[in-house]
Amino acid sequence: MRLLNRQLNGLAGRVSRHRRRPLAGLLVLLLGLLLTGTVYAAFSPSSATAGAAESDTEQIAKGRQLFLVGCAFCHGQNGEGVRAQRDGNIIGPPLVGVGAAAVDFQVGTGRMPMAQPGAQVKAKAPVYNADEIAALAAYVASLGPGPAIPDAGDYSLEGLSDQEREEAIVRGGQIFLTNCTACHNFEGSGGAMPRGGYAPKIRGVEPRYIYEAMLTGPQSMDVFSNGNLSPDEKRDVIAYLQSLENQPNYGGFGLGGLGPVSEGLAAWLLGIGACVGFAVWIAAHTTRTSKGNVSA
Amino acid sequence: MNDHDNNLPAVPEGDEPVPNPGLPPHHWRPTDVDPKAEKRAERQVAAFFGVATVALLGFFVSYFAFQVGDNWDTIAGLGASNLMLGLTLAIAFLCIGIGLIHWARKLMTDQEIVELRHPAASSEEDRSTSVGLVLQGVDDSGIGRRPLVRNSLLGALGLVGLAPIIMLRDLGPLPGDKLLHTIWKPGMRVVRDVVGTPIHVSDLEIGDLVNAEPAAIFELDDEGHHVVEGVELQIAKSKGAVILLRMEPGEITPWKGRENWSVEGIVCFSKICTHVGCPISLNERTKHHLLCPCHQSTFDLADNGKVIFGPAARHLPQLPIEVDDEGYLVAQSDFTEPVGPSFWERDKT
Repeated sequence: MRLLNRQLNGLAGRVSRHRRRPLAGLLVLLLGLLLTGTVYAAFSPSSATAGAAESDTEQIAKGRQLFLVGCAFCHGQNGEGVRAQRDGNIIGPPLVGVGAAAVDFQVGTGRMPMAQPGAQVKAKAPVYNADEIAALAAYVASLGPGPAIPDAGDYSLEGLSDQEREEAIVRGGQIFLTNCTACHNFEGSGGAMPRGGYAPKIRGVEPRYIYEAMLTGPQSMDVFSNGNLSPDEKRDVIAYLQSLENQPNYGGFGLGGLGPVSEGLAAWLLGIGACVGFAVWIAAHTTRTSKGNVSA
Repeated sequence: MNDHDNNLPAVPEGDEPVPNPGLPPHHWRPTDVDPKAEKRAERQVAAFFGVATVALLGFFVSYFAFQVGDNWDTIAGLGASNLMLGLTLAIAFLCIGIGLIHWARKLMTDQEIVELRHPAASSEEDRSTSVGLVLQGVDDSGIGRRPLVRNSLLGALGLVGLAPIIMLRDLGPLPGDKLLHTIWKPGMRVVRDVVGTPIHVSDLEIGDLVNAEPAAIFELDDEGHHVVEGVELQIAKSKGAVILLRMEPGEITPWKGRENWSVEGIVCFSKICTHVGCPISLNERTKHHLLCPCHQSTFDLADNGKVIFGPAARHLPQLPIEVDDEGYLVAQSDFTEPVGPSFWERDKT
């Protein structure tokens, strides 16, 4: 103990010697924040245990609280939407009838809450955790009937034979190439849309969010409701997208699968660049010397 | 003398206005004056050819060592067979090329050579001899004296020229009125592309977009064969492709005579761009703007397919639709105007 004290004193001495350095204040601040955070995390109730026992009513009530804090500024206190008084443009669209699937997609992919208005809302790290998203979804679903969050069974190929799976992937590919490729590219790499918009890359996106996007038509995307593309057809599209992940890349580097854009760029910069480099080397007069001819 | 002549510089005496500077002094290369450098360059060139040989041997080895198909991610996530064949061949060609250039730059002779320019025409004597030979040939053949032979020859040669021209007829027959019509008929169901299922009015929600086709191209006969098949099927499909879009009925502003062409906010337009015929389905749901990916022509589907941007000169043809007894969407008629890009006879019929 005495040894420890002596060491601590020594440490304190060293610290005090360096205390007036400009970084010391920052260091103390960071330590304090870290300590506060750790203590808070240790004593705050675990979110997983809190959500389990909630009834629907409690969940909706909790969702409403979250909604009033995080969403109501743009979407109105009862999800009725807000329009600008000056020009009548929509600030936040009404959420009555958009359903739980829309909330799960928008909040789960981090698109909502929106960081700033613009041509298109970007996906980012989600702000709310799973329980909070479920509560928000339950609240918005209670405003009016709309598409529900799909089950994992809706988009999984479980229970199908190998041949049925293959058929599903082929059919899904045809549906994808007919309905989705125009905007999202032939292998789901995304693409540009007018006036600053873009169709996002949909490879590597969780199947649930792809399903919800088809169901609800986020932002400028068209809706592919269950009457339009049946649940089985949606499942097949997702199966096709997932099959792309395991597709052999015989051609070498895919260059993002963006087609002529990235391939043309590579050809112009690398291919023609190399040709120009060789031409410069061939024509360079670097082999001359000013020494006189010895014999020749 | 006017001002112009005064401004000209004085012409110096002698044959040439500017004295011929001659060739600059020749600078020798290190390989010309230093035997060691020459040897080194020789070894470098040989080394490049040697590397090319090794790479080509590697090409043969990889051809037999790597099977196509079962090893698409063996080397750095890329296929072994394709990668090694391409890589070894590329190295071989590159090294042969670099070796040749290096050889030419360092070792091949480096003397400037001067060749004076001569007049392009032949001498007077050669020309008169040639003309004489031709005239003698004309005289010997007697073509000027025997008009019967000459004229019959000209007649035969003229028909030879006509022979390939008449074969161009096989490019036809002319399209006739095919460009004016599609396979759509009154009462034909609008069905989903790929799966071929009919579309009930209640299937679609506001904002839904369906890539659809005429039911006839999915129609099967008693034995399960397509009624329309082969090239005819492809033509019918490419001309008859449509997109269905459901929007708030109040958003549609139909032209006069088109008031009953939509069903409860569902409109149906040709999918073929009127510019050069690309299939279009890049729709922005909130604006009902349909964008062609080829040249960015944009059509407003709430406003009769009017062009609002881009090179397309004509609005997108709209297919008038109604509902049949069972509630499925059907065409009221064929398109009332030709679909796809403009053509010469379009407005002359």
